[in-house]
Amino acid sequence: MDRLKAYLDLFLTFVRIGALMFGGGYAMLPLLQRELVEKRQWTDEEELADYFAIGQCTPGVIAINTATFIGMKQKGVPGALAATLGMVCPSLIIITIIFMFIRNFMEYAAVRYAFNGIRACVVVLIGDALFKLMKSAIKDRWTLGIFLAVFLLMSATSLSPVLLIVAAGFAGCVIQALKGGGRA
Amino acid sequence: MILLRLFGEFFLTGLFAFGGGLATLPFLYSLGERTGWFQASEVVDMLAVSESTPGPIGINMATFAGCKTAGIPGGIAATLGLVAPSIIVIVIVAKFLARFKTHPLVQNTFYGLRPASTGMIAAACLGIVKVTLLDWALFQETGLWGDLFNGKAILLAAVLLIAVRLTRKHPVIYIAAAAAAGILFQIE
Repeated sequence: MDRLKAYLDLFLTFVRIGALMFGGGYAMLPLLQRELVEKRQWTDEEELADYFAIGQCTPGVIAINTATFIGMKQKGVPGALAATLGMVCPSLIIITIIFMFIRNFMEYAAVRYAFNGIRACVVVLIGDALFKLMKSAIKDRWTLGIFLAVFLLMSATSLSPVLLIVAAGFAGCVIQALKGGGRA
Repeated sequence: MILLRLFGEFFLTGLFAFGGGLATLPFLYSLGERTGWFQASEVVDMLAVSESTPGPIGINMATFAGCKTAGIPGGIAATLGLVAPSIIVIVIVAKFLARFKTHPLVQNTFYGLRPASTGMIAAACLGIVKVTLLDWALFQETGLWGDLFNGKAILLAAVLLIAVRLTRKHPVIYIAAAAAAGILFQIE
């Protein structure tokens, strides 16, 4: 029974996150910080940055990868399934309803205005979440350099994120080898 | 069997689309072209709806495309297809990491990955700023500095930033308030 309750808890946590995230995978970050780090203490900022890194360099939708990973860490394969299904459920329901009833709902002026307001809010929420994440990911001038390099390359070029992630992982190993003679 | 084909097509999309939901976009275009299930203009509509409804964009688009092709069962088949490779890959990666987590090589890799992942989020954030708080496209067209800034949206963002910093409520409260403000002040 306790196991089932834990799966249900994972499922519902990600249903909430899926229902409240506007604007794609990155918008999930502030919700994850609130639900998983602050409220449940299932993980900390540093691990959350790891999940996001993995979610970005593995194929598929980042939000799904992150949900699967957290579920897996919490309760193994059934936990991964519970978290992922939870993440998917709100989308399935909302999109199906829109498809059936309100095909051109973006044509209503009020809907457009509301979403423009929401977008401004998403910028603030992601910016705030980003600030917290930077504190745990940027520890010295090396990591600051990697952060700036990836930020600039992602903003100004169309390089593949996979390439950048792989290069950054490699750079991490090289820097540590230079710093400590090969020891972590 | 169209449901099986939908599942298969989206399974391949999930397996080969790197870099999040938007990376599924080119796959959708090619799928529409090859099968005739939907047209390029319909993909644009799907994207608009997917970006403005809650949930991961990639999942929203898969559900939409599946519904369009084969009704509600199609939506479910496409979504499950998109998600399946993620589950398989992540379960394998997680098992591997659990075993080698303390290995110096893994630790050093993550030392480099964390700031990179953060840099990508910062770039994504800038990307949203360009289309919400600024009107980058219009500015490039006209070259007028007055066209660059979306005054109402910037003001709303500033107020929200102060509110978030001071009150620390659940994100959905700020989202609801922002939606109301958007309608009230007719934010373009």
